[in-house]
Amino acid sequence: MPAPESNGGPKVGVYVCHCGLNIAGKVDIDQTVEFAKTLPFVTVAREYKFMCSDPGQEMIQQDIRDGLINRVVVASCSPLMHEGTFRRATAGADLNPFYFQMASIREHVSWVTADGEAATEKSKALIAGAVRRVVFHAPLEKKRVPVNPDVLIVGAGIAGIHAALNIADAGKHVYLVERESTIGGHMAKFDKTFPTLDCAACILTPKMSQVRSHPNITMWTYSDVIGVEGFIGNFKARVRRRPRYVDEDLCVGCLECIEACVYKQAKVRDEWNEGLGKRKPIYIPFPQATPLVVVVDPEECIWFKTGKCKKPCVDACERKAMDFDQTEEIKEIEIGSIILATGFKTFDASRIAQYGYGKYPNVYTSLEVERLVNASGPTGGEVLLRDGTKPKSVAIVHCVGSRDEKTNKWCSKVCCMYSLKLAHLVKERTGAEIYNFYIDMRTPGKGYDEFYAKLLKEGVHFIRGRVAEINDWAIKPEEEGKLVIRAEDTLIGAVRRIPVDMVVLSVGMEPQSDAEEVRRLFNISCGGEGWFTERHPKLAPVSTFTDGVFLAGACQGPKDIPDSVAQAGAAAAEVLSLIDRGGVELEPNSAYIDEESCSGCRTCMALCPFSAISFVADKGVASVNEALCKGCGTCVAACPSAAAQQHLFTDEQVFAEIQGVLDYV
Amino acid sequence: MRAKAFEPRIVAFFCNWCTYTGADLAGISRMTYAPNVRIIRLMCSGRMDPQFVFAAFREGADGVLIGGCHPGDCHYQEGNYKARRRFELLTRMAKGLGIEEERLRLEWISASEGDKVQKVCNEMTERVRKLGPLRLAPRPEAHQEVPAAETVAVGAS
Repeated sequence: MPAPESNGGPKVGVYVCHCGLNIAGKVDIDQTVEFAKTLPFVTVAREYKFMCSDPGQEMIQQDIRDGLINRVVVASCSPLMHEGTFRRATAGADLNPFYFQMASIREHVSWVTADGEAATEKSKALIAGAVRRVVFHAPLEKKRVPVNPDVLIVGAGIAGIHAALNIADAGKHVYLVERESTIGGHMAKFDKTFPTLDCAACILTPKMSQVRSHPNITMWTYSDVIGVEGFIGNFKARVRRRPRYVDEDLCVGCLECIEACVYKQAKVRDEWNEGLGKRKPIYIPFPQATPLVVVVDPEECIWFKTGKCKKPCVDACERKAMDFDQTEEIKEIEIGSIILATGFKTFDASRIAQYGYGKYPNVYTSLEVERLVNASGPTGGEVLLRDGTKPKSVAIVHCVGSRDEKTNKWCSKVCCMYSLKLAHLVKERTGAEIYNFYIDMRTPGKGYDEFYAKLLKEGVHFIRGRVAEINDWAIKPEEEGKLVIRAEDTLIGAVRRIPVDMVVLSVGMEPQSDAEEVRRLFNISCGGEGWFTERHPKLAPVSTFTDGVFLAGACQGPKDIPDSVAQAGAAAAEVLSLIDRGGVELEPNSAYIDEESCSGCRTCMALCPFSAISFVADKGVASVNEALCKGCGTCVAACPSAAAQQHLFTDEQVFAEIQGVLDYV
Repeated sequence: MRAKAFEPRIVAFFCNWCTYTGADLAGISRMTYAPNVRIIRLMCSGRMDPQFVFAAFREGADGVLIGGCHPGDCHYQEGNYKARRRFELLTRMAKGLGIEEERLRLEWISASEGDKVQKVCNEMTERVRKLGPLRLAPRPEAHQEVPAAETVAVGAS
């Protein structure tokens, strides 16, 4: 039990922050300060415009040095925002930083209360709670734990690849886990990138092969992270490596096995080409796949389906790499930090029935057209209709599954630019008339608006209006056999019908369908839409609420390639900074047992999810292993004799706070 | 200080990782709600000692709100399940003491559900307002008899 008499009896300083007008605009600061002066043990109560600023912190430190106070209460923003700041300020004046308590009168009062008088009263209550509580605070030491320098990166699209290379180049070991059979992600499917029109493969594949050969990167494709435990600096993860029925170390990517397969014709839907091409049951997704190791699809392979096959693939392989007995393998790794770069999926265009995707064969999604214009795609880079002819007119429909109350409300950020890119590429390859239907043209970014201006000069048509419907109902002779776009042109104020041969639906970006499971696995949070939540939208954009877990790329929200790469670099820098710190300080909020009061009932032991409590037989009492305790306090709440306590949340501290928030106002 | 019309006082115990952060989000998003709820931060809803709830009622709370992470989302794996079990017993015990169970509420609110914080705080305030003040005897005035400073000194000796 902390003794308030220690260090000279409690003398509490209360500091009320205006936060500019964020608090002062609602809460009567003077009245609050006068009230604070009346609270027990309060020797100093002051206000200041910005307590977190240097002069604000200096004010607290001066009062400590002058011997006026030995407990600090700051009434300002949320402790999740500035608790660390004020603890450091307190420590800076040689007072133990845990003689500090914060009252959140911004997030929990001034920003959420309509009435000024009510806000003032609520502020007083929260300050009274903090003052009551801080009297019972005790000096504590932070635990320091080492940081394992190994890093886990989940997802090997451009964000994961960039982060992995940054970290590996700094001499740290990276486990890069990708669930597809190749790394590269969405970027590997694109032909050109906007606005520079440089070839996606030319800038991505060198990075992919660097990953493959980097001595500091363990690359696991066709693998999933299935378990994570631990905390910052000290995580353990389990990775499931699915069988590809080919020994990755032996296969050299000669592809003789694919040639030899009993299926002479490729018959299986080729996912990599968005279903526009076919592959065999044994395949590689694309020629630059990394690793260049074939995969056997057990759903389609005749050996797995019937148990009867001559397996010519096995005979064709000189390296003896085929292994039909391969089973899944579980790898257990220890890492100190994690970067999630799990990316996005594209909007399912069939959800908007009136656009006819899936009904009219020549209605394509933008990702399908990316494959059509790609030289390594199913048509070798030619833009062709389903019947093999070149389109003479193409409509590009923007905002499909974006900025739409019925589907996704957000702007997917990349679609305007990639639509312009596709307009340019399709026009270049086919000479077709191109019609862009847009709501607003959003082209902020370096060189982006210039690209739009270039397209305007190229003779691409731009029609401002959301497309109402796409169908094949010809009214006029020139509409026969065509797809007819019906849209209001809001610039001329008329409804237009435009017959075209091909429609491209510019689908937006969505969180991965398993984002929720991934979020749970790594114990981070998602917004309502499913994008992973960053710790602070401006000041901690790649951190999460779970220390040691960082975000990169489109899993956090729609992003283009430059943004994803920049964020991946930022996440890598955060990780490297953490590793070079060598250790992390943990909040000293672990549980402890007062041996005098412990009856040895062992109730606490069964409740601890971390098995941190053991029984000391010779003393007949429970004992908490501080290194294992995470500080939830579940055992404390259960202890029938109040022998279990939690630092920073002792019973008397919480009782005092309850009394405080209720007593005074 | 209290207005003439009955203004319920509600103490909320929110877990650090989900509901407290959700309440911060409500603030950042400027979602105004009833000023009657005073939030106390705990690391986990599993730290919710039933004594805290009865202490709050004893000290003059008219309602108690407990907020934790959604099932499966607990930062400490299963603290919220423990909270749920305790809450069941707590509610029964409260009823036995003559405290209407409507004065107690357990809600799962995630860090991204600022709107739910707003909604739950408003609903809870209205619910308790309808119930009227919790008339436990003695009322908090009892504590004013002993000067607060002495209470602390006694507790520490």
